[in-house]
Amino acid sequence: MALDKEDVVKIAHLARLQVADSEIDATTERLSSILGMIEQLQAAPTDGIEPMAHPTDAVQRLREDVVTESNHRDQYQSIAPATEDGLYLVPQVIE
Amino acid sequence: MSWEVVIGLEVHVQLATQSKIFSGSATTFGAEPNTQAALIDLGMPGVLPVLNADAVTKAIKFGLGIDAEITPRSVFARKNYFYPDLPKGYQISQFELPIVGKGHVDITLEDGSTKRIGVTRAHLEEDAGKSLHEDFQGMTGIDLNRAGTPLLEIVSEPDMRSAKEAVAYAKAIHSLIRYLNISDGNMSQGSMRCDCNVSLRQKGETEFGTRREIKNVNSFRFVEKAINAEIEWQMDELESGRKIQQATVLYDPVKDKTFAMRSKEEANDYRYFPDPDLLPLEVTEQMMNRVRADLPELPGQKIERFMTELELSEYDARVLAADRVLADYFETVVSVSGAKPKLCANWVSVELLGALNKNDQEIDASPVSAAQLGGLLKRIADNTISGKIAKQIFEELWNNGGTADDIIESKGLKQETDTGAIEAIVDQVIADSPDQVAQFLAADDNKRKKLIGYFVGQTMKASKGKANPQMVNQILAKKLV
Repeated sequence: MALDKEDVVKIAHLARLQVADSEIDATTERLSSILGMIEQLQAAPTDGIEPMAHPTDAVQRLREDVVTESNHRDQYQSIAPATEDGLYLVPQVIE
Repeated sequence: MSWEVVIGLEVHVQLATQSKIFSGSATTFGAEPNTQAALIDLGMPGVLPVLNADAVTKAIKFGLGIDAEITPRSVFARKNYFYPDLPKGYQISQFELPIVGKGHVDITLEDGSTKRIGVTRAHLEEDAGKSLHEDFQGMTGIDLNRAGTPLLEIVSEPDMRSAKEAVAYAKAIHSLIRYLNISDGNMSQGSMRCDCNVSLRQKGETEFGTRREIKNVNSFRFVEKAINAEIEWQMDELESGRKIQQATVLYDPVKDKTFAMRSKEEANDYRYFPDPDLLPLEVTEQMMNRVRADLPELPGQKIERFMTELELSEYDARVLAADRVLADYFETVVSVSGAKPKLCANWVSVELLGALNKNDQEIDASPVSAAQLGGLLKRIADNTISGKIAKQIFEELWNNGGTADDIIESKGLKQETDTGAIEAIVDQVIADSPDQVAQFLAADDNKRKKLIGYFVGQTMKASKGKANPQMVNQILAKKLV
């Protein structure tokens, strides 16, 4: 399976990655070659093998439901570009 | 043309844990902005999510409550989209392997019949933060206190055929989560939110029509109104020969209309993949047994018990068992008063719920406690007071508190049960009403039954409501011959 340029532009937009026009051809080629490798992997016989959700053969450890964090808002907001009334400010999002 | 409505609901329930699903931040509602948002919630680089055991327990509880299979190994996935109240750029959710599989919920329809609604799945995920668009010139304010609050998203089958059925289903879920004590279900605070998928098809058609999804409906009343507004819009479109485009819509209660929010093509491309930060979630038989042992009596079981053990009508049983707090209240009243359950049921569902409704209050915050009401009904049961006087005392309890016994004592409301005293009043009433007596004596049995009401009323009035009504009736029957 090969990607075309429009796929790459769309994926870049969804991931909010800026890909310069001059790089689109090369990026398309590289991504397609990765898909080619995956195709090769998919050809491997996997009948009777249980699918894995994670490469390590372990299960999730759980945490007790206890509040362990305290309020450090001032420190966190000291590195934010803009804040007001305790809120983080971002360029307006229009619905 | 005759249309059939098809509705499926996605209900988001905030699980009532102390801390967030993947971090140790508090989840208290209404805190100062961003005071409950730590590094994990802010999506800082290098942090790792650690799953909250109680969120898992609560999800399993729900699964058992809808008779669903619990997935022995479920998987967390990243749902990718960009929005400033989602700092990581993805929401941790579950996709292919949710913790709760297929189950079902029974709803009661208006005619009293029940219908089984399928639940496709329920999965654990994290809530997003809140965006405040109004107060900042050209900027949007972000509060991440809510980010990372555990959610259970409950997805129904498209089994509902009217707005009323959808409301009944939403209410059944609400009742269940309160019974299971996994969420406060407070819709005005966003602890339970409904997305309603609505489509139309011609009667007899087996394929579904194109659906539109009404997002974030936050009250039962709006679920009904929003769905009906959407049905009306879709019907107009279809009857004008237009096609429905799949879309996400919002309901505007002021205009009573739905309007499209964004086109789905881009928004829906979430590029799910398993989250490498989280290992598969294993639910062991041991965990299941612990949750099973902790499972309370569920609404259906309680209705059954109210009918068989307490001999309530099905209607009364359903009203009282609809909410766990209300059911507990009722059972406390029964045990404190020692009165007949039917009497207690009437008082709770008529007097108490009536007063709560009128004052726009919830049972959780009732001014009259179950012990206070029980103390009052105890005095009806042992004939100290009549039902009528009890209503006066109830009002007193509602407004000023105290106990029924103190009010009876201080206001001298004890019922008159002395035969001689009641006879004296009855004699006086008869002497004062020669015309009515003549009319009564001339009447046949049927008419007498109506006419005697006058004498009962006069006697009760003369006794200031304190005469025992049964005794008044008996004495009148004896004297009026």
